[in-house]
Amino acid sequence: MYKLTIEENSYSCQADETVLDALLRKDVAITYSCKKGTCHSCIVSSPDTTPPEAAQSGLKNTLKKLNYFLACQCHPEQDMTIKLPDQAEFYSEGTVIVTEMLNRNTLLLSLTFNDTFKFNAGQFVNLQRADGLTRSYSIANTPQKSNILEFNIRRLPNGQFSEWLHNDIKVGDTIAVSEANGSCFYLPEKNDQNILLAGTGTGLAPLAGILTDALAQGHSGSIYLFHGSREVEDLYRIDEMQKLDEEHENFHYIPCLSGEDSPEGFSHGRVNEVALASLPDLKGWRVFLCGNPDMVKQMKKMTFLKGAASADIYADAFLVSPA
Amino acid sequence: MTDTQNHEEAIVSKTLYDRLGGEPAVNVAVDIFYRKVLNDDRINRFFDDVDMETQAAKQKAFLTMAFGGPHSYTGADMRKGHAHLVKMGLDDSHFDAVVEHLGATLVELNAPQELIAEVVVICETTRNDILGR
Repeated sequence: MYKLTIEENSYSCQADETVLDALLRKDVAITYSCKKGTCHSCIVSSPDTTPPEAAQSGLKNTLKKLNYFLACQCHPEQDMTIKLPDQAEFYSEGTVIVTEMLNRNTLLLSLTFNDTFKFNAGQFVNLQRADGLTRSYSIANTPQKSNILEFNIRRLPNGQFSEWLHNDIKVGDTIAVSEANGSCFYLPEKNDQNILLAGTGTGLAPLAGILTDALAQGHSGSIYLFHGSREVEDLYRIDEMQKLDEEHENFHYIPCLSGEDSPEGFSHGRVNEVALASLPDLKGWRVFLCGNPDMVKQMKKMTFLKGAASADIYADAFLVSPA
Repeated sequence: MTDTQNHEEAIVSKTLYDRLGGEPAVNVAVDIFYRKVLNDDRINRFFDDVDMETQAAKQKAFLTMAFGGPHSYTGADMRKGHAHLVKMGLDDSHFDAVVEHLGATLVELNAPQELIAEVVVICETTRNDILGR
């Protein structure tokens, strides 16, 4: 018999019981459906214990790394702390150390923390204003400077939160920051696998983090980054990406412009069209997609049809909250 | 009883799902199958508006069922789950196309012909529920 702990409460799991059955027996509110490991409705995580292998079968490898598992398939092998999906997040306080404009509408915001902030490059956090207004933003840097988080924040027309960050936030202010979320990140396995990174606008933030992480971990396969926007003024970090392209033989940076003008050195067209036209066969590739939800949705399907395995497609669609 | 008989009985008592390779077989089959379905203009409109990840999970559930594996879906679920597609015009020809892709997937995975035939038989048992008849 093992002990299951959820926040302040603990429950016993009998030898013949799954975690799901044990929690349902005690009327814990947990969503579930098939109880066969198929529907993934009962996915939960265990922050401090590695779940049994059978309970992680069929999950994306990044979710496995984050200790996610299917409660209906889990016969505990030790006491476990369990985090339910809708459980309140833990917030820590970040102090603003940098605010500068990356282009005409994108702010670089850097926050520092007293304690090490655990994350994987490419994940996102929720930022919360003192009045409770909360928005999700992708982390733009890698954990090497582990008590610093960087964000690329685009000013949205009438966007309450982005307007506040652009207009009012200054060095020395504090912001509440949730734990890192999301399963769109690099894992140092299959080192020679080719990688496609495609994003629009500030979708570059998580992609640049993933890219830096992959290069730092010595990824040897080809890495293609397609970054798109309408006009050249809305792209950013161009010099930095071009420099990385020159320094790393296996990295290729392709900035794409969908507007009428595309100066020399820029591809003309939407980022998804340019990427798909350039890479005819994606069999065996790992794919990361971030940014505009329609682009992400379409690219997920197209990269899959071009041969990428569904397990190798990682996506983070940016949902814009109404003002 | 000879060893050969023992062996044969063990094969017979294993489910179709196990004989096809269980969950790992489903995991391999799901991408191949789903890619065929999405590439088929006869039926891909039925999949236009769905999120790929949700759909892949559904495909996996479907294959698990088609392989005779552990599943918890009933005829009533099948009816309910496909009612909106029937309204869009889902008919026997589409059902046949899906079964065709499933067969082709199994051929691609070198499954023996008699096991493929068993899969097709299981699929047939769901036809009327799926088509709402």
